[in-house]
Amino acid sequence: MNKCVERLYNGLIKENPTFVLMLGMCPTLAVTTSAINGLGMGLSTMVVLALSNMIISALRKIIPDKVRIPAYIVIIATFVTIVELLMHAFVPGLYSALGIYISLIVVNCIILGRAESYASKNPVLPSLFDGIGMGLGFTMALTLIGLLREFLGAGTLFGFATANIFGDTFGNVLLNVFHKAIAPNSKGILGFFEEIVSIELGSFSPVGILVMAPGAFFVLATLTMIQNLIKDKGAKAGKDTSKIGSGCSSDCMNCKDTSCSKRLVEPEKEVITEEAEDVKEEEVKDEQ
Amino acid sequence: MSSNYFVNIIVIALSSSLISNVVLSQFLGLCPFLGVSKKVKTAAGMGGALIFVITLSSLVAGLIYKFILLPLHLDYLKTIVFILIIAALVQFVEFFLKKYIKSLYQALGVYLPLITTNCAVLGVAINNVNLKYDIFTGVVNGFATSFGFAISIIILAGIREKMEYNNIPKYMKGMPIVLVTAGLMAIAFCGFAGLI
Repeated sequence: MNKCVERLYNGLIKENPTFVLMLGMCPTLAVTTSAINGLGMGLSTMVVLALSNMIISALRKIIPDKVRIPAYIVIIATFVTIVELLMHAFVPGLYSALGIYISLIVVNCIILGRAESYASKNPVLPSLFDGIGMGLGFTMALTLIGLLREFLGAGTLFGFATANIFGDTFGNVLLNVFHKAIAPNSKGILGFFEEIVSIELGSFSPVGILVMAPGAFFVLATLTMIQNLIKDKGAKAGKDTSKIGSGCSSDCMNCKDTSCSKRLVEPEKEVITEEAEDVKEEEVKDEQ
Repeated sequence: MSSNYFVNIIVIALSSSLISNVVLSQFLGLCPFLGVSKKVKTAAGMGGALIFVITLSSLVAGLIYKFILLPLHLDYLKTIVFILIIAALVQFVEFFLKKYIKSLYQALGVYLPLITTNCAVLGVAINNVNLKYDIFTGVVNGFATSFGFAISIIILAGIREKMEYNNIPKYMKGMPIVLVTAGLMAIAFCGFAGLI
């Protein structure tokens, strides 16, 4: 059981797929315009991840190594279809808000990555908890990013106006603090506080760009900047920072990790022989 | 085939290539967009490979959906079927080009494996079905979408090449500055919204 708890901790904190590994960026950027969308997307990904991890782990000795990728894809796509149909039936609002991104859970690299690197080598129970842990980590990250974007970009939290949650005065002051933190136009820290105190209540205007497409890029840029900072500080303190940002480096062409470039049947042997033949042919021509 | 049909197709092509650009406003295919945009040459190669694969896959997926899945009432299986079709198609194209069209293989071959599980390819196939496009409209939509991808990745690569010589704050180096650039490009592309 200890191992299961360790897996949960690993997925949530140590190898958080979004904040640490930088995996699955497409849904992260696309659906986090509001906290509720982020939560829904995270949870549906978690269900698919946990169940597919479980089934793949249970079948790991039956699936032949050569056709494992198509087998994994079929298993994952099956669960995605189930989740999609269930969401269509029971939460139609969320279903239409997430739209095409529910089907695209199939190509989320977190899922195939976990299948390859964990579920295909480990027993059923740890694999299930690995899926739940990773899924919870993803859900947490999406909800947090969604909360931040929704709060600053639209002035609401989970669809409710902040004034209704925190009360008129406090809600507006809170918003103004964040607003000024983003765009301070006063001199020094004193002026900053002076301005916050002297702000007319209710003068907050949301930073609308944050809930639009460009805002997603800026949020992710800030996130990767913080990652760089932590990585640098960690490296100076002598900690192992190799995991940070390792999921998607900025250079695909020289990437050693093949988790984004899955083929149905890996043609390595064939490639070698064909190239060898080509070389031989050229050699023969050269001799002639 | 009225003229209305063709006007509609032109509108679809404009909107999916520029207005709702596949990367900059739909966030599909973000990995190659960030990962293969260091040089204009490789970016153009990736764009070309994606145009080739998406156009072909939207044709094949459209045909299979119309003539196999719909008559058998299996349209709820579209996600499973499409992802397998695309993965198989990419691999088939790779083998075919390698065997018969060597020059094209040399230009696009390296990029093909990166495309197999690319969400843009599956996204276009599913979008075509969800929006009830007919096969020709679907192919045009596929071409326009991937053309939009090629435009944006080439622009980004051009900016990144220039940025090599710039003095960038320490922690902004690498991914953060690329993402800020992409964000600014997304703002610029918002301007196309008034096109139609």
